[in-house]
Amino acid sequence: MPYQCYYPLDVQIRASSDRSLLVGFGEEISPQAHRAVRRLTAALEGARGISNLHPAFASVLVEFDPRLHSHAEIESLVRLSLDAPEEELPASRLVEIPVRYGGADGPDLDDVARHHDLTPRRVVELHSSAEYVVSFVGFSTCFPYLAGLPAELATPRLAAPRRHVAAGSVAIAGSQAGVYPLASPGGWRVIGRTALRLFDPAGEPPPLLRMGDQVRFVPIEEGEC
Amino acid sequence: MLNRIRVLEAGAQTTVQDLGRFGWAHFGVSASGAADPLALRAGNLLVGNAENAAALEMTLVGGAFEFENDALIALAGSDFGAGLPLWTPLEVKAGGVIRCGPTHSGARCYLCVRGGLAVPRVMGSASTHMATGVGGRALRTGDVLPVGDTEVRQPRRAAGPPPFPRSGALRVTRGPQAEWFGEELYRRAWTVSEESNRMGLRLLGEAIPSPAGHMLTEGVTLGAVQVPPGGQPIILFVEHQTTGGYPKPANVISADFWRLGQLRPRERTAFDSVTIEQALAALRAVEEWLYSL
Repeated sequence: MPYQCYYPLDVQIRASSDRSLLVGFGEEISPQAHRAVRRLTAALEGARGISNLHPAFASVLVEFDPRLHSHAEIESLVRLSLDAPEEELPASRLVEIPVRYGGADGPDLDDVARHHDLTPRRVVELHSSAEYVVSFVGFSTCFPYLAGLPAELATPRLAAPRRHVAAGSVAIAGSQAGVYPLASPGGWRVIGRTALRLFDPAGEPPPLLRMGDQVRFVPIEEGEC
Repeated sequence: MLNRIRVLEAGAQTTVQDLGRFGWAHFGVSASGAADPLALRAGNLLVGNAENAAALEMTLVGGAFEFENDALIALAGSDFGAGLPLWTPLEVKAGGVIRCGPTHSGARCYLCVRGGLAVPRVMGSASTHMATGVGGRALRTGDVLPVGDTEVRQPRRAAGPPPFPRSGALRVTRGPQAEWFGEELYRRAWTVSEESNRMGLRLLGEAIPSPAGHMLTEGVTLGAVQVPPGGQPIILFVEHQTTGGYPKPANVISADFWRLGQLRPRERTAFDSVTIEQALAALRAVEEWLYSL
């Protein structure tokens, strides 16, 4: 019998390793896929036997302890969650991120402006007037993948990644926006920087941004904080 | 009596590790933890600790450690030239020094102490995530580490090394994009690059042809073999990123994770394809040996 669920999407479940299943909701970035990813992640968070959840644009990697559970058991758990009646998702919050744009804080602002034949001021206007949603948090510690970058600002990555991107760097890549929570190497175009700590490695959670949160960037002048 | 360990020499890269920080991948935080979990677990069991107790992980060149008071320790993993038997509970007298040097075999040696290291836990784990600083940093000369009192059972007798070979092909199951690739991964010999670290083991060899498919960034897990456009595979290691966009033909099996932690730069390796059932049977053999300690 064909598998049925409440999603208007194909669901593919396959083994990713001897201790994980990859649950896919199609090959496109879409609001439907994002909603499915959020729902499954919320349903499985803290579930017994699950050691880690890796949500992404249209998939969730579910990692488990193979000494305690089989792939079949975890697949049943996933399907049970998918079949459960639609429940309210955790409320999404609005987080405002103060940004100093340009200069040493945003070394790529001028290049991005030139790339689109805009003034740097217009780039800042566009970037800070949009509303973003955290598609997922991943890659490296607490890096938020933000959907909602105005199409006029879509810019390719740097040809060669930087060895050092400062913590708090506000950056764009393709149609994505993001913020580097910690200093790291990176190939995104850095247009500004925030003093807001998305994550404190010495501190305790929760990190600032969660999947599904809404984000707005607020330009500030030098000297403000 | 409270005991402390003074770091006289830190070694090349010595960190505090337990079995890792789980439950935070959806915030982009990978588990980290011991690169050779088999050695950490065995060392802890031998001194009567819970297998997840925090211990010292030494990499390639070990350090020298002075004990303020009497202690019971075990060295597990590779022989770092301490002149002491491995896989054996050993008594150290107050003021005694355990001095390790360059490795004589694999990449890592663990120094486990009865009671565990009493370092703060961050997000539920004492393990150090080097790349982000979560859980601390690599040890430096002069650091002092408190020893805890969380032993859970009597120490064991000498165990002898695990009955599993360190060398030979790494066993892998099929990865999510296995059908995009041919047999090149399995036919070629690979050399571990000097650029390898706890985030990833970079392999050098005749490049694997780039597959044509397009994929979205998706979750990735420990042991995933990813192939960037250059065709040189990277095995994602304990500090791996939590999501990635490169296709993955294979994933190292759980029973062989410990062998990843013992691979040295410039060492040769290869891949051998197994089924999930074979992978789980191999994992059972590892667990049975640990339970026999």
